[in-house]
Amino acid sequence: MTTTQAPQRPGSQPAVRRLGDRLFAGSAGGAGILILAILAGVAAFLVIQALPAVTAPAEEIPGGEGVLAYVGPLLFGTVLAATIALVVATPLAVAIALFLTHYAPRRLAQGLGYMVDLLAAIPSIVYGFWGIFWLAPRLVPFYRWAEENLGFIPFFAGPASATGRTMLTAGIVLAVMILPIISAIAREVFSQVPSLHREAALALGATRWEMIRMAVLPYGRSGIIGGAMLGLGRALGETLAIALVLSVSGGVVTFNLISSTNPSTIAANIALKFPESSGIEVNTLIASGLALFVITFGVNLLARAIVNRRADFSGAN
Amino acid sequence: MSQTLPAPTGTDASSPGPAELRARGRLPRWAPWAVFAGALAVIAVLDVMSSLNIALYALYTVVLGMIALYVLSRAVEGRRKATDRLVTSLVVSAFGLAMVPLVSLVFEVVSRGVERLDVEFFNSSMVGIVGEGGGAYHAIMGTLIITALTTLISVPIGLMTAIYLVEYGTGRLKKAITFLVDVMTGIPSIVAGLFAYALFAIFFGPGVRLGIAGAVALSVLMIPVVVRSAEEVLKLVPNELREAAYALGVPKWRTIVKVVIPTAVAGLGTSITLAIARVVGETAPLLVTVGITNSTNLDPFDGRMATLPVFAYYQLTQPGVPPEYAIDRAWTAALILIILVMSLNLVARLISRFFAPKTGR
Repeated sequence: MTTTQAPQRPGSQPAVRRLGDRLFAGSAGGAGILILAILAGVAAFLVIQALPAVTAPAEEIPGGEGVLAYVGPLLFGTVLAATIALVVATPLAVAIALFLTHYAPRRLAQGLGYMVDLLAAIPSIVYGFWGIFWLAPRLVPFYRWAEENLGFIPFFAGPASATGRTMLTAGIVLAVMILPIISAIAREVFSQVPSLHREAALALGATRWEMIRMAVLPYGRSGIIGGAMLGLGRALGETLAIALVLSVSGGVVTFNLISSTNPSTIAANIALKFPESSGIEVNTLIASGLALFVITFGVNLLARAIVNRRADFSGAN
Repeated sequence: MSQTLPAPTGTDASSPGPAELRARGRLPRWAPWAVFAGALAVIAVLDVMSSLNIALYALYTVVLGMIALYVLSRAVEGRRKATDRLVTSLVVSAFGLAMVPLVSLVFEVVSRGVERLDVEFFNSSMVGIVGEGGGAYHAIMGTLIITALTTLISVPIGLMTAIYLVEYGTGRLKKAITFLVDVMTGIPSIVAGLFAYALFAIFFGPGVRLGIAGAVALSVLMIPVVVRSAEEVLKLVPNELREAAYALGVPKWRTIVKVVIPTAVAGLGTSITLAIARVVGETAPLLVTVGITNSTNLDPFDGRMATLPVFAYYQLTQPGVPPEYAIDRAWTAALILIILVMSLNLVARLISRFFAPKTGR
């Protein structure tokens, strides 16, 4: 090859840059910048299409009271469903991660880990099917029981849904969907706990649980938080499982989790309304999508910042 | 509860008595199993009296078993050991609980989906179908075409970005791209769909539905996945290989093409396959960008197309009269989707197992 010159130029001189090198480096860098452009483009195009809805007179917006009044209840529903999912999924995911890293027999652990990962692979529409046909009917007796015995708590005020397609059901379906995300992150951090920490705890006579509480959990705390935030981001944006499972009525804001009158979520509302919408309705839906984008972007930004900060300190990489 | 307490000591005559156990301060290894078996037996007796459904049955067994084990262990081994055992049973049952959705979902989809898993489902579309019959030929083809287009768009961009991050990137830009790619993996799929719609609506007017728009939407979701996993794989290529190539005077780009990528090819195959599996079941973006049609449209640049997830969605939500035929079709579509996703996952694992390079590390 024509590289005879390169060895003759030691020191500070820049190396020869061939055409192929420049092209390749350029296209690699270009691809990276393209990604930034796509991200900026997502925001830009959503803003462009959302503007007509923001500037339009309030009475033209579906609901007749402007964009904010339209998006508000949806935002509430989105946050409520995601919160339920997070509350259900986080402890479970941490327990699963502990099981896979510290309890399961080592030979089984990898296979069982694949099983949990499979939960992440299942398409969200299939979760919707499962939620309607399998989960919801099985929860109805529990909702009836909750209405009778726990009715004094606002969450269970009822009247209990006869189909089971309630906010709580939707939250549980979401919880199953974000379970693998949280547990994957938690697993990764737990398996990075320095074995010296763990062995030191065990050598002092700690039981396995005490070792986990003193060595593993403190070390993995930011990983758990970051993982939970990532799960939250996913739960906020989840569309079809909610669109199928939740029985919605427009514009309600209620903490009642077991009735069939529920606020919709932003994403589910878009999926349900978009195909039949036109004109300013589309712009309104895109405006709500923009709100969702901003929120999930913020949550993910924060989550990544937390997870990455840990990675910088861990010394594992 | 107290019925189960004698169980571990009573089952085997040669086992040490409670006093001896206390002296040794440890329960035998089989004690937890015996306690839970005892709890199962007690609940079984209760079950005969008032029949429970299977969920309550399992719940009561686990709760009773945990309490019994805690009490027993507390009496014999002391508080700390008892807490340890309680946490162990909690952690194990949490895992068991997480398997319930997986097992029930797969069972439900398979048992309901096999109904219409026939030849007609694969070779006919929905043109002129009311009620019985019909198939998802058009939807399956649509999914294959759109996924292929998505892969065609995402893999070059994703791979080149990963190469940039690992081989070229320095300083701020690299950090920014890494971070934003991470954030991008969290973009809700529906937002990606709206973006593609907004983009194409500018050129083709409002109400646009195109297969290519769906591919663009899916690419927004797929690119960050490809970048992330390809980056991890490329990082695993030993630096010695690169340095050896440089030492022989090989230009950097040829080093990447001829040394780095071939070494990492198995991992790259795995990550691309997993990325495809991630987007093949996406419904929401296709719902807003591609829509649905009953006839077979194989041209992604011309009008609506049917795709498998959207097909399943509409068959379920707008079944028509009588509804049962459409709902059967929806389940079969869901079954095919699951089979597709699971086999992609399997293929990914097989690629990484059989084509993995033999590294010295």
